[in-house]
Amino acid sequence: MRAPVSWLREYVEGAPVATGREVAASLVRLGLEEEDLHGGDITGPLVVGRVLELVEERQKNGKAIRRCQVDVGQHGQRISEGTPQGIVCGATNFAVDDLVVVVLPGAVLPGGIHISARKTYGQVSNGMICSAAELGIGSGPDATDGIIVLQSLLGDDAAAKLTPGDDAIELLGLADEVVEVTVTPDRGYCLSMRGMAREYAHATGGTFRDPANIQTASANDSGYAVQLTDEAPLNDRTGCDRYVARVVRGINASAVSPPWMQKRLTQMGMRPISLAVDVTNYVMLLLGQPLHAFDVSTLRGPIVVRRALAGETLTTLDDVVRTLYPQDLLITDGGTAVLAIAGVMGGATSEVGASTTDVLVEAAHFDPTSVARSSRRHRLITEASKRFERGVDPDITAVAAQLAVNLLVEFGGGVADEGVTDVDHRPARARIDLDPSLPARLVGLPYSRAEVIATLREIGCDVLELSGSGSESGTPADSSVLSVLPPSWRPDLTNGPDFVEEVVRLRGYEQIPSVLPQAGSGRGLTHGQRVRRVLANFLAAQGFVEVLTYPFVSPQSHDDLGLQADDPRRHTVRIANPLSDEAPLMRTSVLSTLVEALRRNVSRGQRDTAVFELGLVTRPSGALRAAPVPGTQARPDDATLTKILAAVPAQPRMIAFALTGASDRAGWWGPGRPADWVDVVGAARAMASALAIELVVTADDHAPWHPGRCARLALADGTVVGHAGELHPKVVAAVGLPPRTCVGELNVDVLTSASEARVQARELSTYPVARSDVALVVDEQINAAALESALRQGAGELLESVSLMDIYRGDQIGPGRKSLAYHLVFRAPDRTLTTKEVNGLRDLAVASAASAVGAVQR
Amino acid sequence: MSGPNKTYDPVEVSALDPIALAQAVAEALAAFAAADSLDSLKAARLAHQGDSSALSQANREIGALPPTAKAEAGKRVGMARGQVAKALATRQSELEVERDARLLVEEAVDVTAPAARRPVGARHPLELISERIGDIFVAMGWEIAEGPELESEWFNFDALNLGADHPARQMQDTFFVDPPDAGLVLRTHTSPVQVRSMLERDLPLYIVCPGKVFRTDELDATHSAVFHQVEGLAVAEGLTMAHLRGTLDHFVEALFGAGLETRLRPSYFPFTEPSAELDFRCFVCGGSDDHCRTCGGTGWIEWGGCGMVNRHVLTACGIDPDRYTGFAFGMGIERALMLRHGVKDMREMVEGDVRFSTQFGMEI
Repeated sequence: MRAPVSWLREYVEGAPVATGREVAASLVRLGLEEEDLHGGDITGPLVVGRVLELVEERQKNGKAIRRCQVDVGQHGQRISEGTPQGIVCGATNFAVDDLVVVVLPGAVLPGGIHISARKTYGQVSNGMICSAAELGIGSGPDATDGIIVLQSLLGDDAAAKLTPGDDAIELLGLADEVVEVTVTPDRGYCLSMRGMAREYAHATGGTFRDPANIQTASANDSGYAVQLTDEAPLNDRTGCDRYVARVVRGINASAVSPPWMQKRLTQMGMRPISLAVDVTNYVMLLLGQPLHAFDVSTLRGPIVVRRALAGETLTTLDDVVRTLYPQDLLITDGGTAVLAIAGVMGGATSEVGASTTDVLVEAAHFDPTSVARSSRRHRLITEASKRFERGVDPDITAVAAQLAVNLLVEFGGGVADEGVTDVDHRPARARIDLDPSLPARLVGLPYSRAEVIATLREIGCDVLELSGSGSESGTPADSSVLSVLPPSWRPDLTNGPDFVEEVVRLRGYEQIPSVLPQAGSGRGLTHGQRVRRVLANFLAAQGFVEVLTYPFVSPQSHDDLGLQADDPRRHTVRIANPLSDEAPLMRTSVLSTLVEALRRNVSRGQRDTAVFELGLVTRPSGALRAAPVPGTQARPDDATLTKILAAVPAQPRMIAFALTGASDRAGWWGPGRPADWVDVVGAARAMASALAIELVVTADDHAPWHPGRCARLALADGTVVGHAGELHPKVVAAVGLPPRTCVGELNVDVLTSASEARVQARELSTYPVARSDVALVVDEQINAAALESALRQGAGELLESVSLMDIYRGDQIGPGRKSLAYHLVFRAPDRTLTTKEVNGLRDLAVASAASAVGAVQR
Repeated sequence: MSGPNKTYDPVEVSALDPIALAQAVAEALAAFAAADSLDSLKAARLAHQGDSSALSQANREIGALPPTAKAEAGKRVGMARGQVAKALATRQSELEVERDARLLVEEAVDVTAPAARRPVGARHPLELISERIGDIFVAMGWEIAEGPELESEWFNFDALNLGADHPARQMQDTFFVDPPDAGLVLRTHTSPVQVRSMLERDLPLYIVCPGKVFRTDELDATHSAVFHQVEGLAVAEGLTMAHLRGTLDHFVEALFGAGLETRLRPSYFPFTEPSAELDFRCFVCGGSDDHCRTCGGTGWIEWGGCGMVNRHVLTACGIDPDRYTGFAFGMGIERALMLRHGVKDMREMVEGDVRFSTQFGMEI
């Protein structure tokens, strides 16, 4: 919402003179956050110019430019002669003889842009013809696509009075600073100068002068017929509880709005269009009441407000044919022809046009929910719908219509009908009880009863002190309840805390004291939180760099990773409105998005890269079930809560890691070592060891890994923790990674619960170790884990450790065979082992390996 | 050469001559002193202390002396041998010290040569700062709560007083799950964790939840569709906005250090009433540049929303709003990183370029 400083001051008496920045600073203290400042930052020369001639040329890039000669009066290139100004312009929405706004060398435009004569497309341009956006008075395509043509901006009559060389800063109100603030959804009343001025009065201590304070004609029965019906009210609230219709006839069809109104509209970021449209916009901006103007000559019956019927359509003012929904509230002509979607947008047929002389002004109060839903269904957010959705003052309806009538009469030469229709079904506003000590209790600052009452009255509340109340100078101890009637423009004030916010807001948030609460006794991080830190820190210490990726993937990524058609990782959740249509799916593995981060690093020149990410994935089981949406008047029952929780798909936490290039770098110390499967399988096993978990490793054929280089990692009970190994060559090619890239992914939830059991300490033996080496020949397909397990089983409890020292293949043992050399370490808890004992244990180990996997000692 | 002297033969006992003995000692001492290496000392030792040395011979001859002469000769020879042994040990130790010192010099390397055989890893700074934030609150006795990122609409909106028709629900730029009647969204804030915590935990309740949130924003220097918030929630008897302010003041000082200017300004959130926004002074212009791109010239940067938990939210979670009050806040972690570490561009946080994380190491 914009607020020109000069306009604010019209309605706040006694406010100190202030710059836009100062006004913004005082409004923000009340909750109206500064969004932007406009105007006041242009220094001339900015003048009216008339286009005398133009030559259009097409550039190599296809863009058309125009070399123009523009009459800028006495400001011309040679002041004595007043010759035209040569200007190059990139816009094409103007013609010879058009009046335009020209900024000349030496001027400064919004944003501190200094204008000087400069060479553009091979010719010196002595200034620039301006668009609305360049002058900071508009945004959007209207403001940026073309330059301002003053005949269409101000109307031919007003433009006819202009002379080239006239100051355009004053003409367009650019000297006046305009503050733009963000209005939060609870403060609909601030979408008007009336509301903004009220807040500015609170901020400055000035006196608010209500622009709604005008003489209003009384309603009578001779006005334009209006019928309000609502067959299907939403939430038991009728769609329209007040409708004022006023008719003004005989308006001069070519009348334009006065310059002061045009200036205000322009400052507020709107384009002046015609008198009738400008008046409705102006009144809306001033009072916050959206108005609609119908051309009376197009109406054939009474105004009937009703819900839409199935199949009805309306061509709205934006030339879109809209199929109406049964819940849409409509303004209709005698109940048949649809004139407008109430509070959202009017239709083309009843639009006020160039020949309109008789106008029906609609000022109505529509249900916020009804308007909000129509606006959303039709994806149509208008100035009107924004205001109705946030709540329009139902007491301003007749005043707004009256002001519009007055302006149409004054500037259009029209005559107002005697008939004044005001169908008024406003419900009575409810009084709300307020404990006057609530602000102190909720804020921690001892606001007195008197202060609370005074503040509420300041914002327009009617405050009654109920029985037992003392004098108004009462003390905080005087806690008898107050009965508060919020003002008509504040539908947001519905309970105690709402009033508390008003008190603390007007008294100042900066007064709130700072007191640190004593939280009591926390239990520290959970096991799961600690596990995550261990895993992440462990991988980082191992040389992996943590990254964070978006969890969105394309269906193609499942193919790239070589997932089978029935792979459960293809089953996921689709986003209805994804960021990119290419990636509408939630990832089912962290690896699926981590590979892209790895690829990006490689493409940016990081050939030796190790990355990891710890995050959630989505793994729905079965089809999505709709989650119930219970009411919020009480805690949902347990069955409903269980259903909501169950409807949220499982989101296990995974840790994925990937590396490519050299694992040990090459350098002056010698050659590097390329990353291989040992790095990732080793990292996975070491991560588990860091949590005192021993993983069981078996060979697996699992996408996206190389079928011969994929380790499946499981707990002792068989629960799969994850996989690690080298990526499948096809996957590497599909995702664009270097060959031999190695990756792993583990389920952190599984590791967390597996490490929950407390480790029970073993006693350490201090007796000496005994070592024994053994080399075993087995068939090629026997894997190391099986052989080691057999050795352990045979050697028994006195075997402290087994290490695989060497794997040999060659002539000495023949084809299809391999020799594995193990280093066995024995230790007893209670004695020094003898050589004989150790040899015996070793022989048992070898015998076990022989019977389990056919191993033969070399 | 010389076995035990069975027969008395005084001619053979010349080695016991005191002068010869003194000379042997002197020669030995001179040889040791002259030795300039452990090797030459070893040679000198063999020459002057070895089996064939004069002193060793003399020692052996003692046995052949008449009993009356044995004691006196033994004493003399013993003293001489002791003197030589001591000199040898001294010289040995001197030469070892010299050798050790020389070895250290000889073994010196150029320690300035790059020592980067193992690549260096790092944590992501957003995760590190989240952990730090969690630790600040854990130190105050708060606990860290968690919730899913794909969340039910009831938790993300309805229970937070954002009914289906609430205007603020439209402001959220929500990612909806297909089909829309599944009632699932990517959480637009960490606030659903408030609801989950109130439903699951006992009062009084003090929790923070750092986590990922999602909005349909295109990625640019200041926006990302995926970003991080830290949610805080306290529910107990007698909590006030003063406690909220006290908590935020402590949080800000613990995270950024003393001296960062902040302000609370009135704002609106459906789930809090009264509501506030916490801003900090623009870290780029400090409020001095009307055209500052970082703060838009306002001099302030919004960090996050906060307020007293709305009665309706407490009610929806089964908490008596007349007995308990609560406060809540939700702050942007990216903003915190930008302020604390001068990160200028949001894109660097999400692109996964290892050079970004590596700058920060493993502690932030």
